[in-house]
Amino acid sequence: MQTSGQTSGRPSRPRRVRLATSALLALTLATTAAACGGGGDEGTTADGKIKLTVATFNEFGYEELIDEYNAMQDDVVVEQKKAGTANEHQDNLYTKLAAGSGLSDIEAIEVDWWSALMEQSDAFADLSDPEVEGRWLDWKAEAATTPDGKLIGYGTDIGPEGMCYRSDLFKKAGLPTDREEVAALFADWDSYFETGRQFVKKVPGTAWYDSSGGTAQAMINQVEYSFEDEDNTVIAADNPEVKAVFDAVTQNAADGLSTGLTQWSEDWTASFQDDGFATMACPGWMLGVIEGNADGVEGWDIANVFPGGGGNWGGSYLTVPAQGDHIEEAKALAAWLTAPEQQIKAFEAKGTFPSQVDALDDPTLTGATNAFFNDAPTGEILAERAEAVPFIAHKGPKFADINTAFQQAIQRVDEGKESPDEAWDSFLADVERLG
Amino acid sequence: MTRLDTRLTPYVFVSPFFLLFLLVGMFPLGYTAWVSVHQWGLLSGQGDYAGLDNYRRVLEDRYFWNALRNTFSIFLLSSIPQVLVALGLAGLLDTQLRGRTLWRMSVLLPFVVAPAAVALIFGNVFGDRYGLANEVVQAVGLDPIRWHVDTLASHVAIASMVNWRWTGYNALIFLAAMQAVPRELYESAALDGAGRVRQFLSVTVPMIRPTLVFVVITSTIGGLQIFAEPRLFDTQGLGGSDRQYQTLTMYLWELGWRVRDLGMASAVAWLLFLIIVVFAVLNLAISRRAGSLRGAR
Repeated sequence: MQTSGQTSGRPSRPRRVRLATSALLALTLATTAAACGGGGDEGTTADGKIKLTVATFNEFGYEELIDEYNAMQDDVVVEQKKAGTANEHQDNLYTKLAAGSGLSDIEAIEVDWWSALMEQSDAFADLSDPEVEGRWLDWKAEAATTPDGKLIGYGTDIGPEGMCYRSDLFKKAGLPTDREEVAALFADWDSYFETGRQFVKKVPGTAWYDSSGGTAQAMINQVEYSFEDEDNTVIAADNPEVKAVFDAVTQNAADGLSTGLTQWSEDWTASFQDDGFATMACPGWMLGVIEGNADGVEGWDIANVFPGGGGNWGGSYLTVPAQGDHIEEAKALAAWLTAPEQQIKAFEAKGTFPSQVDALDDPTLTGATNAFFNDAPTGEILAERAEAVPFIAHKGPKFADINTAFQQAIQRVDEGKESPDEAWDSFLADVERLG
Repeated sequence: MTRLDTRLTPYVFVSPFFLLFLLVGMFPLGYTAWVSVHQWGLLSGQGDYAGLDNYRRVLEDRYFWNALRNTFSIFLLSSIPQVLVALGLAGLLDTQLRGRTLWRMSVLLPFVVAPAAVALIFGNVFGDRYGLANEVVQAVGLDPIRWHVDTLASHVAIASMVNWRWTGYNALIFLAAMQAVPRELYESAALDGAGRVRQFLSVTVPMIRPTLVFVVITSTIGGLQIFAEPRLFDTQGLGGSDRQYQTLTMYLWELGWRVRDLGMASAVAWLLFLIIVVFAVLNLAISRRAGSLRGAR
């Protein structure tokens, strides 16, 4: 085998010159080729119209709305860029935010990303405007407001949570099946868990809820300051409310209330078909997930209640990155897309539940029923659930990381890899590590 | 002019590769080193010069050592069976089979399937509760295996995804080398009374040694960088509740995109690079030694 040692030593002068010339020549070739690839001015179309791009993920229900907007406008052409998953969209957003260029004129963001993005609030245009004041539920707008009072995101949808349950399995366990009566049983977490203990005794082989992680998440979301306090000092280790959530779900797991599965895993999806569990926390967008996973299963229903008051899971915003060329036009488009009338249309298209106050009593919404959930008046139920959300939990820059560690600790107990005490200790070590 | 032309032209022709390599290979390498000695947030960008602090923090992090252990375990569980099976498979394909082309093509089929699709399918096969693999295990009368929970079981599951994808590919490379082995060698070996297995071990394997070394090196480099399969083995992407299958590249991704610390992530990238260099040099040294042994014989 030939080794590379033979050509060592400094090349003679003429040879160096030739090497340099050839390198230069090739570099010129390469750069001209690259320059040809670019072409065209970003942000305007060939006929001089302003081009706006809207980057979203999953389903926002904007396809027809954008066609409608394009038909209304003479000088603006809107184009939607859809990412398949929220993660994919997030990676792209963070990377291009860091690079300072390449973002769309409007970027959708998920409510949980605010914690990280608030530190970069200068990267987003201030969207405050008297015209949109009071358009959203208070807590929805508050989450998008910077400490110095800038509004940097227009709310799109929210995820008010109700409780979905299997009335057929409830019947088997001798529990009431009527929506109202079930709601009375789920007034707070203690009574919800207590009902669960009765249930698993009567129906062995079926868990009470779908996952420890999902339940813990719902409970943490009801704690205003869970892992970080107002000044974003990490308090996770000493917060009795956090420990109480941990103790409750790990005790429940020991009592057989949990499936022990992680949400979105293959086994979790399969358990919908196998009487795996009887209840789960369900935000509006989860109804479609349940209907898909439990295809062919009869008996699902939804109760107008959420233990401990109200809860919100997920929901999105539209932001206008400050790096864009057409901030004013983008702002106008974002304001139009998030107006109640448009959000109702998105709700009809994809079921995204509106965050706008005026949309909540729109007859289209309140009249909506869901055949899969025993013809429950889902629009009315979720609207009431939205009004029951008292605040949105404070999530500082470390929230997501600590929450992941918290979820993993609970999962280790579920899987029997660690005892509750060991898992709590390793959670504390993880919090320490995250600083 | 013609003289200059003949001297110059070859360099011009090979230069695009090297220029591209400079641009997409050397530059990122150098830039990563630069990032790794700074405090560098994913969103906030460059911070203060930090010296080797990021490296120190990585080396002090127990999850780094955990990821290193997982990486080696999955690498050994995948690369060793992979090379051995590929070698055997190539040996079988090198015989006078009916419909040879069909067989040869079909071993490459898994390689064509995207890793994400493979992970999806295997994710279903290795479900802890409702998976196909456990159906089989239970049918034989054994306890179901918790593929996502137990450390070794999860490594085996991930390694099998990797092997599924790469075994056929490596077999074809071996096959190409085997085809170049002079047939007279087999004839004389047969005259000396060697059976098929003996021929394979004493003629085929020594004759394709350079290819063997090549495959071992490439599968080492690939094996130490396994990402897609374990990343997609669960939905969290952190390698299980106890990070029991978090590899170094997943750890790097976690630091960069979850914790948003590009400084530390770059330090991990460089440490991984150094580990791979050590392995490549080790491989080279062993193969040189093996080569000189053969020369002396």
